Amino acid sequence: MGFAATALKVEQVAVRFGGLVALSDMNFTVGEGEIVSLIGPNGAGKTTAFNVMTGFLDPTHGCVSYRGTALNGLKPHQIADLGLIRTFQRTSVFPNDTVYDNLLVGLHRRGRVGLFEAILGLPRARSSERRLRERASELVEWVGLGRRAHDLAGSLSYGEQRLVGVALALAAEPSMLLLDEPVSGMNASETHTFVELIRNIRDRGVTILLVEHDMPMVMSVSDRIVVLNYGRIIAEGPPDVIRNDPVVIEAYLGQGAARA
Amino acid sequence: MKLAVTILTIAALASFPLWLRDPYLMNALITTGIFIIGAMSLNLLLGFTGQLSLGHIAFFGIGAYVSALTSLGFDVGLPGGFRIVHEPWPPAVGFVLAIIVAGLCGYLVGLLSFRVRGAYFVIVTISFAEVVRLVALNWVELTQGPLALTNIPSITIGLPALGSLTLRTKLQNYYLVLAVAVATYVLISRLVHSHFGRAMRGLMENETLAVSVGIDVTKTLTLAAVISAGIAGAAGSLYAHYIRIIDPEVFAFINTVTMVIMVITGGKGSLAGPVVGGLIFGLLPVFLRPIMAPEAQWIAYGGVLIVILFVLPRGIVPSLAQRWAKWRSRPRAAGAVSFSERDVKENA
Repeated sequence: MGFAATALKVEQVAVRFGGLVALSDMNFTVGEGEIVSLIGPNGAGKTTAFNVMTGFLDPTHGCVSYRGTALNGLKPHQIADLGLIRTFQRTSVFPNDTVYDNLLVGLHRRGRVGLFEAILGLPRARSSERRLRERASELVEWVGLGRRAHDLAGSLSYGEQRLVGVALALAAEPSMLLLDEPVSGMNASETHTFVELIRNIRDRGVTILLVEHDMPMVMSVSDRIVVLNYGRIIAEGPPDVIRNDPVVIEAYLGQGAARA
Repeated sequence: MKLAVTILTIAALASFPLWLRDPYLMNALITTGIFIIGAMSLNLLLGFTGQLSLGHIAFFGIGAYVSALTSLGFDVGLPGGFRIVHEPWPPAVGFVLAIIVAGLCGYLVGLLSFRVRGAYFVIVTISFAEVVRLVALNWVELTQGPLALTNIPSITIGLPALGSLTLRTKLQNYYLVLAVAVATYVLISRLVHSHFGRAMRGLMENETLAVSVGIDVTKTLTLAAVISAGIAGAAGSLYAHYIRIIDPEVFAFINTVTMVIMVITGGKGSLAGPVVGGLIFGLLPVFLRPIMAPEAQWIAYGGVLIVILFVLPRGIVPSLAQRWAKWRSRPRAAGAVSFSERDVKENA
């Protein structure tokens, strides 16, 4: 692929819910600094794959490792501590807090100070608190929500809430970011801005794995695409190859359309 | 603005004994103050992590017994022929031990029950309080059972250069309770505004999301439980050394309910909520007593509770704060109106 180191490695992962096979024998890798998209029709197992990678779901079989550390058995917050941070399709914000306070919660990983320092208001806790506030303001501006910083996150439009969700994830200082349908609910211009944002994030050295339905967006932003259907990987490669792959077209549009 | 209100409130509370000479009222203020400290500790769990502890009085009672036994001394036999003999220690040591032991119990209860939250936590805490009550009732050798621990010494404070002071009068105890209450308020305020507080709030609002940014659920909730239980233990210790007699009735469920009422009416999740709710429901019986028969008092008590929750469902402090915020965001519109009024007058 031209990428030196492997960031995320998914090996023979299978997930079964009772008799239902959600994922079977999934193998793929994401290189450091790469933007990889995971696509597939509804119910193909994309979100299940995300849940396995971030510790919200234990795989029935197989293992996921990040930068050489096996993630099996780790709790979600421990995986977050490795720098692997995700966003969510639906519940992406803390609705009753302002956007700014949302980001302060997101900065948890960076803001750890001792309990007694915090309670006694010792200088180290205070300066840490000051840095967090600066960082939160920066992030709010960076994702372009400066105007809405002091509005309740729950009162924002759907598209803006998606942005807050991404800013929250960025606040946790990811080395790899997993985005679950980040542009659903965004209009064309918002999506366009968002693509710029994703490129920006990658340029800062963050590896990105994207689950998305918006095909033009996926094609324009991805270095590589992994296609899932019925819990199996049916194709993998750069956007140009995937675009013309008959198997992929069949999965999306049905057999008659597979003319390429 | 907020600081000014806080300072004024503390000044007003500190001035009470200067113009209130009625010992009955002073007594009510002291016990109310102690219960407010308990309510503040309950609010830390209920209002800031969303976990309802319906056995909160257990930590209060444990604090009371630990402090009382530390200062009275005891001599108990253990299975296997061992005996533990404890010589009396100063009540101030009892106060510290009360916090530590209650906090430790909070840790155990938290660790056990935060694996399963919500209703399960409620049930575990109720059961815990009941078990502790039964132990206090039946371990007669240690606790005197229903005969109660009596003659608990008053708290003695060592003052640098002034020797030591034993707090015997109501006035002294009032200021002690006030000082502990203010310290508790500051502690909880610092805590909830630190990143620990934000982690708690995040967990309450959207646990999945909070976990995904690296917040450790068990650690955060257990920490809240330990601090909450420790504060309740401190309140229990104050109670023991002020009332100077405690029996297993201290663990009664009604005492937890009183604290829950104080928190809910005042406004859970607001720092001042338990103080406001506590003052109302702590002092209400005092004002009702001269004018009503005992049965009618409880009806009135319930009536006040219902009216408050009907009119201000989120609790007094949050509801009023919301109205105040709305009123404050009005001036621009109000200013415009008065401007046009002036125009009308000038034109006329």
